[in-house]
Amino acid sequence: MLFLVQDGITNGAIYALLGLALVLVFAVTRVILIPQGEFVTYGALTYASLSSGQFPGTAKLAVGMGIVAFCLDLYFGRRSLHRKLILRAVAVNLVLPWVIFALTSWSSAHPSGIAVNIALSLLIVAVIGLFLYRIAFQPIAQTSVLVLLIASVGCHLAMEGFGLVFFGAEGQRGPALSNAAFNVGPLRFTGQSIAVYGITVALMIGLWLFFGHTLTGKALRATAVNRLGARLVGIRTSLAGQIAFVMAAVIGAISGILIVPITTLYYDTGFLIGLKGFVAGIIGGLVSYPLTAAAALLVGIVESFSSFVASDFKEVIVFMLIIPVLLLRSLAAPAVEEDQD
Amino acid sequence: MAQRLPILIFALVMAVIPFIPGVPPFWLVLLDNIGLSALVAMGLVLLTGVGGLTSFGQAAFCGFGAYTTALLTTAYGLSPWLTLPLSLVVSGIAAVILGIITVRLSGHYLPLGTIAWGIGLFYLFSKLEFIGRNDGISGVPPLSIGSLKMLDPGTIYFAIWIAVLISALLTMNLLDSRTGRAIRALRRGHVAAEAFGVQTPRAKLLVFIYAAVLAGLSGWLYAHFERAVNPTPFGMEAGIEYLFIAVVGGAGYVWGGVLGAAIVVILKEILQSYLPYLFHGQGQLEIIVFGILLVALLQLAPTGVWPWLMAVFPWKSDRKHPDTSLILPVRPHTVAATGSGPLLEIDDARKQFGGVVAVNNVSFDVKPQEIVALIGPNGAGKSTTFNLVTGVLAVTSGKISVLGKPIQNATPQDVVKLGVARTFQHVKLVPDMTVLENVAIGAHLRGHAGALASMVRLDRADEAKLLAEAARQIERVGLGDQINQLAGSLSLGQQRIVEIARALCVDPMLLLLDEPAAGLRHMEKRQLAALLRQLRGGGMSVLLVEHDMGFVMDLADRIVVLDFGTKIAEGTPADIKTNPEVIKAYLGAAA
Repeated sequence: MLFLVQDGITNGAIYALLGLALVLVFAVTRVILIPQGEFVTYGALTYASLSSGQFPGTAKLAVGMGIVAFCLDLYFGRRSLHRKLILRAVAVNLVLPWVIFALTSWSSAHPSGIAVNIALSLLIVAVIGLFLYRIAFQPIAQTSVLVLLIASVGCHLAMEGFGLVFFGAEGQRGPALSNAAFNVGPLRFTGQSIAVYGITVALMIGLWLFFGHTLTGKALRATAVNRLGARLVGIRTSLAGQIAFVMAAVIGAISGILIVPITTLYYDTGFLIGLKGFVAGIIGGLVSYPLTAAAALLVGIVESFSSFVASDFKEVIVFMLIIPVLLLRSLAAPAVEEDQD
Repeated sequence: MAQRLPILIFALVMAVIPFIPGVPPFWLVLLDNIGLSALVAMGLVLLTGVGGLTSFGQAAFCGFGAYTTALLTTAYGLSPWLTLPLSLVVSGIAAVILGIITVRLSGHYLPLGTIAWGIGLFYLFSKLEFIGRNDGISGVPPLSIGSLKMLDPGTIYFAIWIAVLISALLTMNLLDSRTGRAIRALRRGHVAAEAFGVQTPRAKLLVFIYAAVLAGLSGWLYAHFERAVNPTPFGMEAGIEYLFIAVVGGAGYVWGGVLGAAIVVILKEILQSYLPYLFHGQGQLEIIVFGILLVALLQLAPTGVWPWLMAVFPWKSDRKHPDTSLILPVRPHTVAATGSGPLLEIDDARKQFGGVVAVNNVSFDVKPQEIVALIGPNGAGKSTTFNLVTGVLAVTSGKISVLGKPIQNATPQDVVKLGVARTFQHVKLVPDMTVLENVAIGAHLRGHAGALASMVRLDRADEAKLLAEAARQIERVGLGDQINQLAGSLSLGQQRIVEIARALCVDPMLLLLDEPAAGLRHMEKRQLAALLRQLRGGGMSVLLVEHDMGFVMDLADRIVVLDFGTKIAEGTPADIKTNPEVIKAYLGAAA
């Protein structure tokens, strides 16, 4: 029984990370980030490709998205084009992805260590996250949660399709961060699972410090509460959205890198993993970090128990779990009338 | 009947297509697929575009319809025509069960909930032994009439498109009715609809079931079209695609669903056949293009293609002015209320939000044929008092009664039934409905036709009376010229007047007006005052919140002054003007 709990907690820790990222993005941008799962697969499979000396297609995607983002920056800023703006657009949208692209192709030609591969994977996915917000969500940042949600679903479709193009239909595994392993009583702890716990806890504490104790973190929270109000006090809400997306992308990629040594990941695995993080995020009401983390552990444990007891209906059970929770949430906090549509 | 002409032409064109010599059978397959998708999308138009309830899970309801008929026709040898009602009933029952839970979800919880059960049901379909797990059920018999078996795409074509046309007609009839107006009001939030007696949870459940039954119909047709079912077409991806279709076509328009289905199905076909040539065929490239197009569409044309098409080809829809000679029965208690005793009695009412006391043990009453004004500085608790009286908020303690009947725990729907109608401080009209339709919502409780009657047009007598009453009230408030304009196109002041007309449609004995004169010009204010006096003369009472002192002092019989939730004065306008407490509250105390 205990090993089921252990398995559940390992999965739950990953769901917790994803749940936190979802809460973060929703709170700041009101986007329900369905493509969170793609960040997971992109991170994991980019890392796996680099480790096996292949060039990951995600680096090309980053360059392509950068070009689109650059055009958008110029188009929307066309009335006030000045040097600083153009230089920033060139640096962020063109130079940065090209540098990453060059590093990636060098690295895939010269096999390098795990640390370099991880750093590159995170960089690539972070840049994709940044451009995703710039291209897909920044132009419609003012619209309703619903429109953003549908756009988010569109992004998921496109990114999943790209995932298939870049990584093929076969699953991949990556090298473990550590091959150490030891036993405590009947339980066997691997270095990888310790890394999962450690990094999850570290990221949570990091997020807590960031939001509680830094000016940027507080600005993000202010954006979450009231976009207009935040703008009026000089917070650039589009920058806040970009930061939130970069953070979510990095968290997603880290989760992916953490699990790819444990399970084989396919181009479309991320969606389901992301959705389970989602179940946790929703249990946490898309606002509470500690509740989300606790819920994620619960989801992980329910999943590992139901895969043991009724493996066929594992997914059914996990997703149906959400409905009573949603109901309780809705009853506890009845709809606030949205005056704007 | 002129409005039906384009539909008739469309039906004729569709009927002729299979008989045109040289039409490739492949085109008919495409048209069949368009029809199948259009049915589901039409349900989504009603659910999402009109009712504001986004569902990613519609494909699951297709699954219920398809699996029901597949199982019953293969395992039990039932005739497909016998399984048609059963398929619809099964999807409907599934919708009732899921809907009772889902429609209670608020805001973005609702689409998320549909994603969750959509995925859950997909896995259920693919894991259940008796419906063949991942392999599904094959060997489903074709539809047949006598000896005619609908085996090829050219014959089932007729079954599919007859279903589409009938569903479109029924849906349009439903939208253009008493129930339809209630549904269309849902998207703008439930407070306004409930204030006129609409049972919003029931209306939401109704559209949810309606959309599910249409999806079930599509599933039933699909099963007999493909002659096999498996879980794949009922998963999340299909659910997303249906929503995409509705958004592309124009989520608020019945024909937008059909147009969207045509665009998406054809586009998908083109992408699937040409993209591999362009990119040396690897992966599901159409998915990528799809996703990107969806995002681009939301940025460039969030309302879809249909409204854009309508703007390019402006069909004159000459709306008839309703026949105002038809009379709705007035409520008997309007007469009874003119006896003695207070009409509305507020006794020690208190409302706390956590530690904030918004209304602090306030008592006052409104007598028959009296205009009472509730005034006070901002944040005095005036609107909260309104919400307590109309059942939007529940009192923390105290008593409120109308004609001696306690209403402090009543719902808004119950309060309006007693003849208490209101307007809102922040106008709550449906901007894309005409003035007439908006005002007719006020008469909701005075009509009786249900959804089914409306779909088959048995509601016309009832409907004509409702519209006549609405038109009369619109003329009474002086907006006769704007009757067929969209409510959103009027000035804010005019919209406030539309709200008054809507409230008058209730045939109220007590009218609650929340800042009716805000945004009105001088002449309009005088007209409003004259109207209110006339209403009082006709036996109505008015309780109004207003900041325009000139307006209030001229009009009101009695004034109640609130400050920080507490009643500080009550009396005639003359008394109030000289009351030191009131002067202090408004101007501050001289030190």
